[in-house]
Amino acid sequence: MKDLSELNLPQNVLYTKDHEWIDTTKDTIRIGINDYAQDQLGEIVYVELPQAGACLNKGDVFGTVESVKAVSEVFMPVSGEVIQINADLENAPELVNSSPYEKGWMIEIKASSPDEIKTLMDREAYLKFLEGIK
Amino acid sequence: MTETSATRGLIFNEPLLWEIGKKGRIGFSMPENDVPDSPLDKRLTRKDSGLPDLSEVNVIRHFTRLSQWNFGIDSGMYPLGSCTMKYNPKINERVASLPGFAGAHPLLPDSLSQGILRLMFELEQHLAAITGMDSVTLQPSAGAQGELCGMLIFHAYHRKNGKPRSKIIVPNTAHGTNPSSAALCGYRAIGVSVNEKGILTPEAVAAIMDEDTAGIMVTNPNTLGFFEENIQKISEIVHSKGGLVYGDGANMNAVMGIVDMAACGMDVLHLNLHKTFSTPHGGGGPGAGPVCTKKHLEPFLPVPRIIEEKGVYSLSNDFPDSIGKLHAFYGNVGIMIRALAYIRSMGGENLKKASRLAVLNANYIKEKLKKVLHLPYDRICMHECVFSDKNQNPTKITTLDMAKRLIDFGFYPPTIYFPLIVKGAMMIEPTETESKEEIDRFIAAMEQIVEEAANQPDLLRNAPGKCKVRRLDEAQAARKPCLGG
Repeated sequence: MKDLSELNLPQNVLYTKDHEWIDTTKDTIRIGINDYAQDQLGEIVYVELPQAGACLNKGDVFGTVESVKAVSEVFMPVSGEVIQINADLENAPELVNSSPYEKGWMIEIKASSPDEIKTLMDREAYLKFLEGIK
Repeated sequence: MTETSATRGLIFNEPLLWEIGKKGRIGFSMPENDVPDSPLDKRLTRKDSGLPDLSEVNVIRHFTRLSQWNFGIDSGMYPLGSCTMKYNPKINERVASLPGFAGAHPLLPDSLSQGILRLMFELEQHLAAITGMDSVTLQPSAGAQGELCGMLIFHAYHRKNGKPRSKIIVPNTAHGTNPSSAALCGYRAIGVSVNEKGILTPEAVAAIMDEDTAGIMVTNPNTLGFFEENIQKISEIVHSKGGLVYGDGANMNAVMGIVDMAACGMDVLHLNLHKTFSTPHGGGGPGAGPVCTKKHLEPFLPVPRIIEEKGVYSLSNDFPDSIGKLHAFYGNVGIMIRALAYIRSMGGENLKKASRLAVLNANYIKEKLKKVLHLPYDRICMHECVFSDKNQNPTKITTLDMAKRLIDFGFYPPTIYFPLIVKGAMMIEPTETESKEEIDRFIAAMEQIVEEAANQPDLLRNAPGKCKVRRLDEAQAARKPCLGG
């Protein structure tokens, strides 16, 4: 398991307390689970994602991630409509382990309440939060 | 620790049966047909069964060799937490194989099945006496089906009262099957967390219990190995809002005949005969998950029910409020025979003693191993104790590595990564059937593994080293399973 100093936590995304990341810098918002989450879960063997078109609220379960250790739910960082899902994860769930922010992204959404983004943590705030729970 | 019970022997390779088979080989000769052929409907037939042609010796050697790769409770200690892998006395097998039991057919009329019906009736009464509950069904075929049965009873009860409800409270120390069973019945599982002592508080339950909640599912003792000391208060809170209390009795081995589950407030309780009552776990079955209820829920129990009138036993379907049938015929009867043989050969006092020894053994391991392993909840436990891999963080050795290394010492690994509320959990349940010498060997093995974790971590990362196969790629097996012959 990685120490805090070894975690890959990019500056350009925001984080949730449930260890999802969200990239709001581009036109479509991307969501996935971060390096800490994939490291804690261990080798991921299955990712279940919603259908495109699903409208979900902030905090709703949008999918499940199954690893050799456990099955975990993943939650919407903000409310919105699912525009696209990462179909590659169906046959290659290990991408979430090897490339959590690039090839292992999970869903693209259109946010319905963009103000909710302000409630999320940046890298520094998230690291502080992690220190608290470690 | 210089000598371990695990060593090397001559272990045979063995291909799949499909690779051994050769066209035309047969195991035995069928007698010549002395009645006219009666062909089946064409739609029901096919040319090839897909099964290999094998001789008797092919089959015997195949399965004998596979069995030599195996590790079971008859080979060594199997401290798989929450599974109660106690030794299964052979007298159970002897009794179950008596011709009158082994040859009984489920389509025999009641009048020709009096012995087996009486046996089942008496087993129900014994289970009621051991738990303190009133009524029992033996029908569910495993713990999870017992839970489903319990949830169906909850549902039938609330519907009968004209007020169906939508939620069930499930603590974070529950077995994973609890929320699943509730969800199968259309209930939404509402989580509640245990306190810093690892048990539920009345306040936490009171905060979420309402009149749309059908009840609570409590595993007692819970999966951290602690007795829910506040269970009576919690039951009162649930009952005061019209809810019911479900007891998951998977951990009953800690409290057989000692705790009165009815006095704890349980309305429904399931038992696992294949855990507490020493029947084999088998390769995933058959098991049995009898469900006990209080008198007021008896009308909802599954049919058929075994009834006795003037010393005559019969199966009755005449229970209009019953949730219906859960199993073909009457469940896994062979397992019930073994459980009754266990209960009768032990007797009441010895069952209590078995529970006390199970608790003593777990506490002995806990006290010895807490000196080297991190113990997240350091208090007296029941039948199992839960450690974590926190002390091993500096060398990045994980619970999985330690579990795999334990195989090299001749022990089955404990349950790992469960319960979920302990990070890197290692859940050890020795049961009462291990001797002090065997438990001391297990403790010495764990102590050595902890030392290796600090000084020779690669030894653990590459473990096991003594098995026929090295560490399996569990992730790849789950991602790209190879199914079929």
